Amino acid sequence: MKTIKNITTKIVFPAAILLLTMLSCERELSNDVVPATFNNSAEIFTDAPEGLTDQFFVSFDPATGANTVGFDVDNNEAYEGNSSIRIDVPSDTDPDGVYIGGIFRDRGEGRNLTDYNALTFWAKGSTTAIIEQVGYGTTFGEGIVGSQADYATTIKNIELTTKWKKYTVPIPDASKLVQETGLFLFSANSNVNGGVGYTFWIDELKFENLSSIGQSRPEMLGGSTADFISVPGQTLNISGFTGTYNLANGQDVTVITTSNYFSFSSSNPSVASVSETGLVTVNTTGTAEITATLDGVLVNGAVNVQSFADPRIISIFSDFYANIPIDGFNGFYEPFQTTLGGDIVEDGNNIIDYTLLNFVGIEFYGRYGIPGVEPVDATEMTHFNIDFRVNESLSPSDFIRIELINNVNNGQTGHSFTVPSSSLASNQWVSLKIPLSSFPGLQINALGIILFDTGGGIQNLSVDNIFFSKE
Amino acid sequence: MKYLNRYTRFNWISKSSIAMMAFVCITLLGITSCENDEVQTVTTLTNLVWSDEFDTDGAPDATKWSYVIGNGVAEGIPGWGNQELQYYTDRADNVVVEDGMLKIIAKQEPFMGFGYTSGRITTKGLFQQTYGRFEARIKLPWSKGLWPAFWMLGDDSGGAEWPQIGEIDIMENKGSEPTITHGSVHGPGYFGGDPITKTYELPSGRFDTEFHVFGVEWGPNYINYYVDDVLFQQITPDDLEDDDVWVFNNNPFYMILNVAVGGSFPGFPDASSVFPQTMYVDYVRVYQ
Repeated sequence: MKTIKNITTKIVFPAAILLLTMLSCERELSNDVVPATFNNSAEIFTDAPEGLTDQFFVSFDPATGANTVGFDVDNNEAYEGNSSIRIDVPSDTDPDGVYIGGIFRDRGEGRNLTDYNALTFWAKGSTTAIIEQVGYGTTFGEGIVGSQADYATTIKNIELTTKWKKYTVPIPDASKLVQETGLFLFSANSNVNGGVGYTFWIDELKFENLSSIGQSRPEMLGGSTADFISVPGQTLNISGFTGTYNLANGQDVTVITTSNYFSFSSSNPSVASVSETGLVTVNTTGTAEITATLDGVLVNGAVNVQSFADPRIISIFSDFYANIPIDGFNGFYEPFQTTLGGDIVEDGNNIIDYTLLNFVGIEFYGRYGIPGVEPVDATEMTHFNIDFRVNESLSPSDFIRIELINNVNNGQTGHSFTVPSSSLASNQWVSLKIPLSSFPGLQINALGIILFDTGGGIQNLSVDNIFFSKE
Repeated sequence: MKYLNRYTRFNWISKSSIAMMAFVCITLLGITSCENDEVQTVTTLTNLVWSDEFDTDGAPDATKWSYVIGNGVAEGIPGWGNQELQYYTDRADNVVVEDGMLKIIAKQEPFMGFGYTSGRITTKGLFQQTYGRFEARIKLPWSKGLWPAFWMLGDDSGGAEWPQIGEIDIMENKGSEPTITHGSVHGPGYFGGDPITKTYELPSGRFDTEFHVFGVEWGPNYINYYVDDVLFQQITPDDLEDDDVWVFNNNPFYMILNVAVGGSFPGFPDASSVFPQTMYVDYVRVYQ
């Protein structure tokens, strides 16, 4: 003990100097660098809501099926302290709403979260279950202008156990979060529990700076390099932003996030330029590569722009290309068609989803008189591109017959190519690029319908990225 | 002293901060006493007798290191006795000095009938010593199935075999545990899955995103294990079972650096594993 005392005395002088430094640094920074700073407190809910709006849970719109009555503070359950957030996930037949979810908003003008790198909380369930999503950054439009979900970041499908367990949502680049009002978001349903409702609790919900998060692996476009075959004037909104991180327990966690954390650049801006939000604009013919970084780390995934003077793509349905206007994704042909379904959003990606399929047509010949919908002249094209995912098991006799119908209701002709079972996969996307020479006697100068016929063999089918290309 | 040098140019102080002053002094007491501990007990040997700073690009210095090649088949211990999956090579693809560092790179690739390649180098026959302070500054690889190590074996030129020759594992890590290192000794009666061992978990940060110093200070009847400035274990003959023998008081030991892939200790790579993986070694130093 005596030794320590001696050393302490010696060190008082340097300590005072250290203090000086800290203070003077702070003063310089606040005067010169930071124009305005917002509250940087970390806690969202510990034993009570911390700095949240009075009605601190703001539900998703009940019109979408959101249940607004299953949310409460529970004074009998806590990971630490004496209360927690209790969420009663409704059954799939609950008349008050079949899912529960919403956000917590800062009661002030927003928080400065730049000191943190993760949203963390403890949770446990009344049963093992999967919560659909948790995250931060969504404000339902009540935040500052332009910040409704600019930095929305979530993780999907977290596994609840019946014991308290800690969950971590890494922040892709906290330096962007100088004024964030959307502090928490969750949504849950009972589908994963056989439609039976259950309860889960959340406690110690806060932002943290965890030095044990590492190995950032950002991606865009699902990590792929995508060819953007285009003509000058076309634009493309890059999508599919994720970040994968390794936690202290060695497990990876992937966040789904937005372009606003990413920095984009073009190898040839005169051919194709890219905005801060990832909007690619093709300026002239030529080639350019669009790449990105996230907080200094090179992003896996890129756009390979190939711009031609003449159109090389006619897109019926894709997130990537500008699509032609259509009548609909399901013509509902009576009396023999059984097929249900149409376009849906799956994990932020637009796809077409069919059930009870026997045959179905995507129509764009002007059936309903929608302005701009008219048959397409695809005679310059060389390939038909399409992605299929068979959402059931496959048998060797299964097939998908693709029929292109020209001059609908006006001396129409149909031209077919049959995709065999061996070219498809169960519960897995398959991309097909079919030479148009594979469609015997093809006429597509006034194409109006693309028909899929499975003869009822494949009843559950997802379809995406339908376009003609000239290659 | 480092505070003084860096901060003496400031001379402004707020009157309102006097209350904080007391706090800072108390904080500093904590820091200082740690430093005091460090000087007194973490390491005592400071006479540098051997080092490699890895400053010359190319293959490792042949006067200091030799390669171990293969999977242990030739030595009669396939998978090096641990179900390891890699084949060690002397290619620059797997072992190279560049950017002021030794890099040992584990790759997933078919090679000589194995699915992974990696590197293992040793000072055997080139530098061996009884007792001393052996340390290296290393940034580890990561992900499931990786098994980086900085370790020592006793000289076997007299005909003695493992585990009689003794093994001192300064650092072993499972790639799926980015904050944990293991320090162990193996000898007769305490080897394989039953060494004398202890783990150390970093209080903050990770072993795969920044460099850390791993070392032992080894003397008569003791081996002290440290990471950075934290002494986390001392092993002495008192830690052995009654019938076991302390084999660390007379034999010279040599050093080994390697990255294994898969095995009984770390488990095996899976779909989450990322390759290639690199162990970066800034330096290896030995003091007496």
